[in-house]
Amino acid sequence: MEMPVPDSAVLARKARVVARLRDVLPSDAVIDDPTETRAYECDALTAYRCPPMVAVLPSTTSEVSDVLRICHDEGVPVVPRGSGTSLAGGALPTADCVILGVARMSDVLETDYDNRIIRVQTGRTNLSVTGAVEADGFFYAPDPSSQLACAIAGNIAMNSGGAHCLKYGVTTNNLMGVTLVQMDGTVVEIGGAHLDAGGLDLLGVICGSEGQLGVVTEATLRILHKPEGARPVLMGFDSAEVAGACVADIIKAGVLPVAIEFMDKMLIEVCEDFAKADYPMCGALLIVEVEGSDAEIDAQLALITDIAKRHNPVALRESASADESARIWAGRKAAFSAIGRISDYMCLDGTIPVSELPYVLRRIGEMSEKYGLPVGNVFHAGDGNMHPLICYDANKPGDLELCEEFGAEVLKLCVEVGGCLTGEHGVGIEKRDLMTHQYAPADLEAQMAVKDVFDATWLLNPAKVFPLAVSEPRRGAALAAE
Amino acid sequence: MKMSKMKTEDEVAAAVSAASGPLAVRGGGTRSVGRPVVSEVLDVSGLSGVTLYEPGALTLVAQAGTPVAEIEKTLAAENQRLAFEPYDLTGLLGTSGASTIGGVVATNASGPRRIMAGAARDFALGVRFVDGAGQIIKNGGRVMKNVTGYDLVKLMCGSWGTLGVLTEVSLKVLPGVEAVTTLVIDGLEPAHAVDAMSRALASPFEVSGAAWIDGQVWLRLEGFESSVAYRAGELKNLLSAFGDINETDADWRTVRDAIPLYGAEAVWRISVKPSDGPAVIGALPSGCDAMMDWGGGLIWAGVSDGDIAATHADVQATVAGLGGHATLIKGPEAVRTVVPVFQPEAPGVAALSASLRQRFDPRGILNPGLMAA
Repeated sequence: MEMPVPDSAVLARKARVVARLRDVLPSDAVIDDPTETRAYECDALTAYRCPPMVAVLPSTTSEVSDVLRICHDEGVPVVPRGSGTSLAGGALPTADCVILGVARMSDVLETDYDNRIIRVQTGRTNLSVTGAVEADGFFYAPDPSSQLACAIAGNIAMNSGGAHCLKYGVTTNNLMGVTLVQMDGTVVEIGGAHLDAGGLDLLGVICGSEGQLGVVTEATLRILHKPEGARPVLMGFDSAEVAGACVADIIKAGVLPVAIEFMDKMLIEVCEDFAKADYPMCGALLIVEVEGSDAEIDAQLALITDIAKRHNPVALRESASADESARIWAGRKAAFSAIGRISDYMCLDGTIPVSELPYVLRRIGEMSEKYGLPVGNVFHAGDGNMHPLICYDANKPGDLELCEEFGAEVLKLCVEVGGCLTGEHGVGIEKRDLMTHQYAPADLEAQMAVKDVFDATWLLNPAKVFPLAVSEPRRGAALAAE
Repeated sequence: MKMSKMKTEDEVAAAVSAASGPLAVRGGGTRSVGRPVVSEVLDVSGLSGVTLYEPGALTLVAQAGTPVAEIEKTLAAENQRLAFEPYDLTGLLGTSGASTIGGVVATNASGPRRIMAGAARDFALGVRFVDGAGQIIKNGGRVMKNVTGYDLVKLMCGSWGTLGVLTEVSLKVLPGVEAVTTLVIDGLEPAHAVDAMSRALASPFEVSGAAWIDGQVWLRLEGFESSVAYRAGELKNLLSAFGDINETDADWRTVRDAIPLYGAEAVWRISVKPSDGPAVIGALPSGCDAMMDWGGGLIWAGVSDGDIAATHADVQATVAGLGGHATLIKGPEAVRTVVPVFQPEAPGVAALSASLRQRFDPRGILNPGLMAA
């Protein structure tokens, strides 16, 4: 994956930049020793690494503003970083950049149950937002798999989803306001504890902009009361086609489960071997979870199992206890670790119209044969968000490139059938060069116009999202203007 | 006034591209809101029809000029619906015509269920539009999860046609419900009413509407029959201290469309933090009628006498102090011409919005001045 050549003029100014940053931050918040900056060389897309020129760890909005103003003055690119769990390389540095980490900003600023909101600094982890309110019966709904580690800042940048977003929506549906610091240091408040924008919905375009429009330092999030209970049912089917038809029938019946998760044969075996979840060995497995009181759950699951029975399930197991529920989820939640134990892998997250599921799975199987790389499929079936896991050997020369080629072909297929390149992980560097398959030049131009407005000099996370050749004139103009 | 009736996206692109002056973008013509735009009318109601509907995938794609009524009928045949419950302004504004889906998306028109299910913006999956230079642009798509590039869909929602002319929208839809009931508590003042609604909304019982109207609190429950009955029982216990609670089959269009305010000469639609709702109502001049939706977070206020421009200034000042926004959704044209109909934004936000409009509509010809001067 190509990255821009570091700007030697910026590298030459390193000492001055560091000195200016030390003027506005505590000394331990500016990291420029090459042995220490290495800690920031990659995110969860570990195949690509590059230590930044400097890393800074501000503690307040005003410190973030100072940092950005200085970098703006000095023409230094800034790469914002939450917890570094991006699977798309969203927080991958360049050698001439300042990494701005929000990890020290993790305070809860306000909880307000009457108005069902919490206001936090964005370095706070996703799970600890729920942690701050769960003793009072509340939770924050978006639940990416990395929720123990990932920061709200990154969730907002990538518009993160999770297993339960079929019912509760993704980050953008649960975000009510932000404090945004623009590249020139300007601080703006957008949205708040009220619903919807009075003017243009700037919040809507900031969420999911991959840290390219500004650094979000504080956020107002919607919290909900926890449901009285939740219970999953496990269903095994002969084939992915049958499982897919069952999902469509459940949705058409008017039930809206909180989650419908799908695993194919390979993943069932790998996860069972790892997590001992007592999964049936079959062609495809669904985990469907519903919420409510016991009686409400009984009623919904009765309807769902009736539908499932019409599709000749080879296994149908409703959880009878909290233990059993945990075991049903254990395999699914361990999917990435389980496959990581047997192979290096690349995780895709293209989304497709649910109706195209059988066709796309068959095509992915054919590609797996063609490339000679095994692939397992696990995904959020209710919303068509796939997660093909392509196995490769990082130590075998050429295997990563082969795997990337395979991945690109899958993602192009997703677009071809009416879907998109990424459902919840973001474009980052990983899918940057595929953007032209989904969008025409005018479509990309319109998106880049938004970045022009927020960050005229294209210094914030500039080498992401848009193909380098497409963004080059803008990034080039920024350099020339120095 | 000249009126051009468009039938295709290409015609819209050609018309915008050839336009020499301001264009008033119009679907069904039901929303005469905002600062009046003196210009040629660009009528897109001819771009009509559902182009794709997959009930099993909960998605529907329609041309922007498709009447909402037609979409609701199509969905009802599969027992599905637009969960954000778009309001209809024809009664309030005295307009005729059929509200279109493009108008709903362009104005982010969302009704009582917004508090639980989300707004129009939350159900918009993709858009096609023509920008101010006449270019056709698409963003998003027709799948429920999509983070591929910037979310211009949200930016278009609620832009009132000032960034582009919508030609097609794709929407997430949801299943309809088996049963509905409304719990009614009589005789509550605004502060007490918001207390009751907050208790209900902070419960696990999935309240899909929480309004205060004529001194009554209305709480709506929807879902499977047995579940609705169960939750109604639980809520009655939870809220017993607020007074007698009765179940009715209330018509939520009364709340959605602000029917009690149909006679008012000026009407504001105000969004604040729910607990600030009573303060907003308290600050209104005497003679104002008000109702609350969204658990207190949405106030509809109407007045028929006094100095409307002065009242408007007071309302927006109150809301500015609390955080939120007030829109003069209905008012005499003479007033709408001279006051900021939409809540003035803080300078930093206003500057970003102005720059975005400048980039998407460099000549300033799309509904110019409708939202902000």
